[in-house]
Amino acid sequence: MMIEFRLDPRTGVAPYLQIAQQVKNALRLDFLQVGDQLPTVKEVVGSIAINPNTVLKAYRELEREGLVQGRPGIGTFIVKGIAGPPPNAHLALRRSLMRWLKSANDAGLDAEGVAALFESAMRDSIEEETA
Amino acid sequence: MSAALELSGLSKRYGKTWALEDCTFTLPEGRVCALVGPNGAGKTTMLHCAAGLLEPTTGDVRVLGRTPEPDEDLLSRIGFVAQDMPLYPSFSVEEMFELGARCNQRWDGDAARERLARVRVPLDRKTGTLSGGQRAQVALALALAKRPELLLLDEPLASLDPLARREFLQTLMEAVAMDGTTVVLSSHLVTDLERVCDHLMMIRDGRLRLAGDIEPLLREHKILMGPRRDRISGVAEVVEQRGTDRQMIALVRLDGVVLDPMWEIRDVTLEDLVLAYLGDGPSDPGRRLEAVNG
Repeated sequence: MMIEFRLDPRTGVAPYLQIAQQVKNALRLDFLQVGDQLPTVKEVVGSIAINPNTVLKAYRELEREGLVQGRPGIGTFIVKGIAGPPPNAHLALRRSLMRWLKSANDAGLDAEGVAALFESAMRDSIEEETA
Repeated sequence: MSAALELSGLSKRYGKTWALEDCTFTLPEGRVCALVGPNGAGKTTMLHCAAGLLEPTTGDVRVLGRTPEPDEDLLSRIGFVAQDMPLYPSFSVEEMFELGARCNQRWDGDAARERLARVRVPLDRKTGTLSGGQRAQVALALALAKRPELLLLDEPLASLDPLARREFLQTLMEAVAMDGTTVVLSSHLVTDLERVCDHLMMIRDGRLRLAGDIEPLLREHKILMGPRRDRISGVAEVVEQRGTDRQMIALVRLDGVVLDPMWEIRDVTLEDLVLAYLGDGPSDPGRRLEAVNG
């Protein structure tokens, strides 16, 4: 098997999204590549004891995004990688985030307030994406 | 899609006590259904009615489109594992399989033996000398060897340690993935159920409290936290409510959008939902939040 999955019940992220994210992370980090086969539904449920429909849903989501392709009777294969951001992107994003953190600090938000705001904005943005 | 299990107005009385009252429920094929409720709620009675082991007092049970009781062909398509994992203690695992092969028309002993080998259950041991986890695996393997279309499991996880629970659910989910078996599984262990079940049937005091596919149920319920209010638009039903004179926390079913920005809205887990519906409802009913439509 090329990849194994792990579910974290405390994140509040739906299990099928966790699986899809783990595949995407593996693509970003390049330990899954075009042509690789994802584990079969039976292999996944036999290893992490989840409902088979959860795995199917995750694979369908990845297929919808054009990253994998299901070949009936054979399996699900990676057909597209995820190019990471250009090397300078992280740095630039970090700089603008630092500026934002400073303005939050100036506005009187403490670390907990920042974390709560960030989390709720993340949730909204994920909901917008999936809507 | 056709129904694996259909209850209409199912009621069961023991003497003067109603163990089940007017339960109406449809389970589509291919679902893995959690049957949840406190001790004595009627879970076992319901499973026995579905397995054809008990006749309803009133109402109707249909399994795979047919009435279970006198129909031997139908019984061969139903698997049932009772709460105490019944095995003959002086029989070896291999002998239990021989017995199963002789008593059932449909029997796939090879796949079952292979499953047991993978979870390291020795086939030559007497079942009475096996650990609880191994006995559960043997009982499950025997039920799965029938290749049932509907599998009923009464509290299969209750006596198992966490590792044995995980292995049991792995075996069960593999069978679901391969054969599309419909499963009804009664349990208290909500965190385990959350991973494997996609359908919910919740009973309390013999009555159905909540039923349906879990994903939409989780989506339409929210926890609201905020200042005390008498009414909130967008709330269809207040399932549970607590708080003080100033503040309140409520688990609600929504049918619209909560626009009031004073409210913090949180997603619910299956455990939140189960506890709220099994509770006594909003306390302090004189001052409870009213549901407002629209």
